[in-house]
Amino acid sequence: MPKEEAVEVEGTVVEPLPNAMFRVQLETGHKVLAHVSGKMRMHFIRILPGDKVIVELSPYDLTRGRIIYRYK
Amino acid sequence: MTDRIILKASWELELLRKSNRLVAETLAELERRVRPGVTTLELDRFAETFLQSRGARPAFKGYRNYPFTLCTSVNEQIVHGLPSDRVLAEGDVLSLDMGAIVDGYYGDAAVTLPVGRIAPEAERLLQVTRECLDRAIGAARSGGRLVDIGSAVQGHAEAHGYSVVRAFVGHGIGKNLHEAPQIPNFVEAGRGRGPVLKPGMVLAIEPMINAGGPDVRLLPDRWTAVTVDGSLSAHFEHTVAVTENGTEILTALQSSGT
Repeated sequence: MPKEEAVEVEGTVVEPLPNAMFRVQLETGHKVLAHVSGKMRMHFIRILPGDKVIVELSPYDLTRGRIIYRYK
Repeated sequence: MTDRIILKASWELELLRKSNRLVAETLAELERRVRPGVTTLELDRFAETFLQSRGARPAFKGYRNYPFTLCTSVNEQIVHGLPSDRVLAEGDVLSLDMGAIVDGYYGDAAVTLPVGRIAPEAERLLQVTRECLDRAIGAARSGGRLVDIGSAVQGHAEAHGYSVVRAFVGHGIGKNLHEAPQIPNFVEAGRGRGPVLKPGMVLAIEPMINAGGPDVRLLPDRWTAVTVDGSLSAHFEHTVAVTENGTEILTALQSSGT
């Protein structure tokens, strides 16, 4: 079978939400609900509105994702 | 495909034995018909009729709109080659991949066969790929990790100067053709060791090994995957069940436990 991988896209954080979730505007124009990856939480990487981030989207639900990187 | 690995009950294993054994029988029948002068479409027609005569359905036909029963991949074609009027020639290497559905449960297996006499290098590639599958099956043991399978394949293939295809992976199988987990035939850096293997897991393990580089390109038909460098590729697949004390190959003609 073809290997299925999560797709990584860049976006900008628009709005913080409760439970460490964020609304992220993707480069493609879509808005997705994204949480912060566990690894980023462990390293106390703060995310603020306006930050440029990389979001990993599940191939099954393209409206939700995981923030896996914040640009400095 | 969900992320959860579905463990199969013993009555489900019984059904999976049926569907997988039928796949093995069909491939054995096909093997007797592979020779120079035969077209891949003739093989496809035979396989479909054979499955239907046994009360089974082809598993690939209709899956993501795939139009055939068999995948027939010749020479530099890795997997998902479409059956056609192509006439097999002496020296070709033909991979046959097939799935069947019996009572809602899927069987899946593949072999790569020589057409007539083939070059010694091709012979060697087939032999090593078969050994990769054997080693992978040996590594699929209760208490082991998913990565052991990929590590076994990659180690053996690369020791012989071959490369492992990355774009395609093995998979769990049961009431669906493709279930979790994805089973890479290589070790992925930074991905950890994968889940622990447990009795009741049914896995379709399918190493794809290229004589040249690992890179893959899709032909304009959007199915056929070929090696970018045009090098020869081989593919073997068995569906196996992880048991308490070993691994049962469900797509073997004689039931063989290890």
